[in-house]
Amino acid sequence: MKRGGSVFNRVVMALVFLFLYAPVFLLIIFSFNAGNSNMVWKGFSLTWYSQLFHNRLIMQSVYITLLVSLLATLIATIAGTSAAIGFYSMRRRVRSPLMTVNNIPMMNADIVTGVSLCLLFVAFFAFWGNFASWFNSLGLFQLPVHLSMGFGTMLIAHITFNIPYVILSVGPKLRQMDKNLIDAAQDLGCTWMQAFWKVVLPEIKPGIVSGALTAFTMSIDDFVISYFTAGSSASTLAVTIYGMTKKKVNPQINAVSTLLFVTVLLLLAAVNIREARLEQRLEAQRRKS
Amino acid sequence: MSKELIRLRDLCMAYDDELVLDHLNLYINDKEFLTLLGPSGCGKTTTLRIIGGFSAPASGDVLFDGVRINDVPPHQRQINTVFQKYALFPHLNVFENIAFGLRMQKIPDPKNPKRKGKLPEEEIRERVMEMLEVISLKGFEHRKPEALSGGQQQRVAIARALVNRPKVLLLDEPLGALDLKLRKDMQIELKRIQQQVGITFIYVTHDQEEALTMSDTIVVMDQGSIQQIGTPEDIYNEPKNAFVADFIGESNIIDGIMVRDKLVQMYGRQFPCLDGGFGENEPVDVVIRPEDIDIVPVEQGQLTGTVTGVTFKGMQYDIIVDFRGFKWLIQTTDHSPVGARIGIKIDPDGIHVMKKSQYSGMFGDYSSFSDAYDELDDAEAEEDEDET
Repeated sequence: MKRGGSVFNRVVMALVFLFLYAPVFLLIIFSFNAGNSNMVWKGFSLTWYSQLFHNRLIMQSVYITLLVSLLATLIATIAGTSAAIGFYSMRRRVRSPLMTVNNIPMMNADIVTGVSLCLLFVAFFAFWGNFASWFNSLGLFQLPVHLSMGFGTMLIAHITFNIPYVILSVGPKLRQMDKNLIDAAQDLGCTWMQAFWKVVLPEIKPGIVSGALTAFTMSIDDFVISYFTAGSSASTLAVTIYGMTKKKVNPQINAVSTLLFVTVLLLLAAVNIREARLEQRLEAQRRKS
Repeated sequence: MSKELIRLRDLCMAYDDELVLDHLNLYINDKEFLTLLGPSGCGKTTTLRIIGGFSAPASGDVLFDGVRINDVPPHQRQINTVFQKYALFPHLNVFENIAFGLRMQKIPDPKNPKRKGKLPEEEIRERVMEMLEVISLKGFEHRKPEALSGGQQQRVAIARALVNRPKVLLLDEPLGALDLKLRKDMQIELKRIQQQVGITFIYVTHDQEEALTMSDTIVVMDQGSIQQIGTPEDIYNEPKNAFVADFIGESNIIDGIMVRDKLVQMYGRQFPCLDGGFGENEPVDVVIRPEDIDIVPVEQGQLTGTVTGVTFKGMQYDIIVDFRGFKWLIQTTDHSPVGARIGIKIDPDGIHVMKKSQYSGMFGDYSSFSDAYDELDDAEAEEDEDET
């Protein structure tokens, strides 16, 4: 009876994984298909990959994606780390509600974040247009009147949705830190800033790196928010792929999606392995003391 | 020896409207081992943090060598600190932990006196090795703090502070995290190090035994005020009020009346004593230490009472005796069974008379004795973490 149960469990588990991963495997397999059908296998080939690298539209959006992700990660990591330190030095009564506010955007549906940011930018551009016309009428120097969404707005959006992840990953590291460390560094001749660089930063570095990796993954992965904030001049890979599906289905989509999948998979694996290692080290330390 | 080094003048401090320090005045001599002793929340850690420069007093002055240093930041004071739970830098090995302060030092460049340079590497190495010798941890310089035992980490923390050759070392409950045996060893070790380096130690603890063992001077604090300052002997033998008597060692504190000099009345009976200088028939608190009481046959006793509890303590028995509803603790080597009627005799030098204070009637009764021992230590340890 027990054995039967375990067979049943295994079957269910296999089905679940099949359900989850079959579409992705199909995609990967057909990205190597020689023919241009998504149903008939015509033999192995790398045609779509080589076409991909000659597709200027795709290469351009890969470049945009990497640029926006790297910049957003860099800025969000600095801002998020600073914010986490600010939270850390607050009293618990003030910190708890603020942390809740920080966590909401992560739970929030991307579509809501995307649309609301889009509305914000549009509203700001309208306001800016009025301001710039008035300012230009003063005749000091000319400001551009018409702003539109593009790389800049998308970058701001990415920074916005990345910051909470950095805070969430740096915050616990700060709280694990012995709070006397900063005092000790100052006691030994450091100013506050020196204490931060020499003592606090090495202590929270693992949290910062995890936060940055998570933020980068989120940025690479994002479609909805980019779609609403990129305007027409800049397009990330995800947005480009979406655009391509509207026209005739081209197996290049399979190839580029496979590459995107593998990239995100590797990043996620890196994040998880890091966290598992940190956990292990912490456990070892705890056992010792 | 007795040159004044630090003076605290009229320090006041409050957290959230709660007064933590109440017009504190204290001077600390050069090269002395001074202990701030008191229960948690008494203001001892706050006082230490003010001396170290980590907290600013709401009012009052901190003078160092006669100069007001209220506004001098911690890194510019000739004072170093050994923190609770050590606060070693986890990412640095023992050598670099100890060298940390030296690497931060700026000295005038010998070639160009206007510019400031770092200490030469050989000097850093020499001084760190010298400190490792003092704390007997030679050969451990490449270990990370996490690979050291509690006692070893403790000693590294002391070396890290001492290597800067401060004039004053502040120690904030440094032995709190160690087990009893190690704590005793470290008490002796600390005293040895203090005598070897010959600087002022200001030590904060709630452990009265630690204070008695190591200190030249003990400052007993409660509710943000100093209750008594004195040598360990003074504090133990001549407590100023019921709080000090109760906090330092074990005390039976009994209501009495000072009939005249050298004669005090308790339980309606008169006892000769050595104290004087009180008003005639002035109500007083009388302290009798448990070890100063002799058990005698009932007919020879100055007082008679009933034994209500006996605890074997190894070296002696702790006996609780009921004298008309007030329970005394007596420490004796002779066993008396529960329920026995006994007489007691107290020599004149075993009686210490104190003026009445705000603490009168709060301490000195052993009705709830069994709890009294552990209660103190545990509660302290927990509360202290929240103190700062």
